[in-house]
Amino acid sequence: MATTLSDTKRQELEAIAKRIRRHIIASTTKAGSGHPSSSLSAVEIAVTLFFGGVMRYRPQEPGWPDRDRFILSKGHAAPLLYAVLAEAGYFPVEELQTLRRIGSPLEGHPNRKRLPAVEASTGSLGQGLSIGLGHALAARLDGRDYRVYVLLGDGEIDEGQVWEAAAAARKYQVSNLIAIIDHNGYQQTGPTSEVLDMEPIAEKWRTFGWDVQEIDGHDLDALAAAFAHATAAEAPSVIVARTVKGKGIESVLKELKDENMHGKPLPEEAAQKALALLS
Amino acid sequence: MKIGARIGLSLGKATRDAFGLALAELGREYPDIVVIDGDVHNSTRTEYFAREFPDRFFNVGIAESNMVGIASGLAACGKRPVVASFAAFILCNAFDQLRMGVAFPELPVKVVGSHAGISIGEDGPSQMGIEDVALACALGGFAVVVPADEPSTRAATRAMIEHPGPVYLRVGRPKVPVVYTDGCEFQIGRANELRDGTDVTLIANGLMVAAALEAAYLLEQEDISARVVDMHTVKPIDVAAIQAAAEETGGIVVCEEHLHYGGLGAAVAQTVAETSPCRMAFVNLGDRYAESGTPDELLEAYGLTAEAIVAAARRVLE
Repeated sequence: MATTLSDTKRQELEAIAKRIRRHIIASTTKAGSGHPSSSLSAVEIAVTLFFGGVMRYRPQEPGWPDRDRFILSKGHAAPLLYAVLAEAGYFPVEELQTLRRIGSPLEGHPNRKRLPAVEASTGSLGQGLSIGLGHALAARLDGRDYRVYVLLGDGEIDEGQVWEAAAAARKYQVSNLIAIIDHNGYQQTGPTSEVLDMEPIAEKWRTFGWDVQEIDGHDLDALAAAFAHATAAEAPSVIVARTVKGKGIESVLKELKDENMHGKPLPEEAAQKALALLS
Repeated sequence: MKIGARIGLSLGKATRDAFGLALAELGREYPDIVVIDGDVHNSTRTEYFAREFPDRFFNVGIAESNMVGIASGLAACGKRPVVASFAAFILCNAFDQLRMGVAFPELPVKVVGSHAGISIGEDGPSQMGIEDVALACALGGFAVVVPADEPSTRAATRAMIEHPGPVYLRVGRPKVPVVYTDGCEFQIGRANELRDGTDVTLIANGLMVAAALEAAYLLEQEDISARVVDMHTVKPIDVAAIQAAAEETGGIVVCEEHLHYGGLGAAVAQTVAETSPCRMAFVNLGDRYAESGTPDELLEAYGLTAEAIVAAARRVLE
């Protein structure tokens, strides 16, 4: 695999990724509910976007009109979004411990009314790409050059609306719209190949007229290279990122005999083991 | 159209035409209006806007869910997006997107449903939006507006564009009788009393306003004095106008081109129950779907006539 990042940068991103994984596990176990495994698969994707020099944003000015947008279409990965926003400086890291608690803006699924850095209220799957397309078209109307990154789950692309948005993005050639599929191979009740097989995923996007890349979604160099290519593409761009659900704590999930572990926090003891793995 | 002819009301433009023409005019005044179409701009009449502002018009194909999602993103970026399709399709097909992308995040998206009611005629029940008001009212924070005729639809379109929150505007296919004059007063949430009366109040919206005026004329022949109120805004409902009607006339008939549950009748009845209980009757489509036919035949067959309103008023007065 080609190296895109300097050794220092890679080490820095790895360290951030580890901290974010710890936040995800600690916050969901403390909350007693949430979707840690669905959050863990997309850590490197989000870390590259926010800390790898891909996205421009201002934590002190969340509504900055020229900011790049990150829309978490798979809203159940909210613990990942919150951990990334906290590490980026939007709010103190300590607030992550208020996840899902009444009064906290860190709701079970992202709510843009409660947390200004959240671009779209999500949690009903399939809708983020259309919303991202709206942001991308607004950039064109206003003559701004920001980009819109939309993170989707691989189960989520069962939803027909995703493909409505994919077709419309081609029509308007919104090259500032970049989708990332967190292809971890699982959805709520089982493997995506069994629940509703959408393969070949990359081929589907290609026939919808998108610029398509398939990469290892945990390889920081591959992610950096993919985003560099996507931002230069003339067409709307999708990165199909092969990932592992529960990445980083696979051995703990194996012990729990649940490699999907969808929508379940780690029990206290397992969480301690997981945090030790990530220390 | 037969409704209103007996009392000399002349036919004006269809409310969808009034909306489309007004929207194009407003486009000149408001450069932030952006229109999203589901390939029905020649039906909803957003074609007038499209012709004048092609760069601010997006026909995204027959994909209502995507239309609403795009509008949500545009609104989040400070635009004033209008999504227009058939009432049945935009509300029934994209209800989740209206909930998640517009109502819940409180974004000022303007939703327009055309071809509402059975008065679309021959295209039949699959095309008739007759549960749209109930669905729109169910969305938290939405204003729901059902104008009666051409002049009030023009005014309602401006009120919708200038309203700070999300709005559902319901318009129809056929030419309808004119009950207002140009430049009429129109405020979202403020009902218009079109005729004073003391014995009973006929509260209506949309096409049924003309039918209620006709019914008031018929009741006058029997020495019954009927007040007629155009309740063009179903949400937020005009509580004061309803309370006054209940207290001053003692009985209310609610008339709408919509199913029985969840529409104007329900909104008025809730208000009456909370403020000043009185006798009530309802003239609407009941709990069933219609069929193909001419608009006049359907309105007659499904009981949306001045005679049906008169009969309901008599029941209230018994």
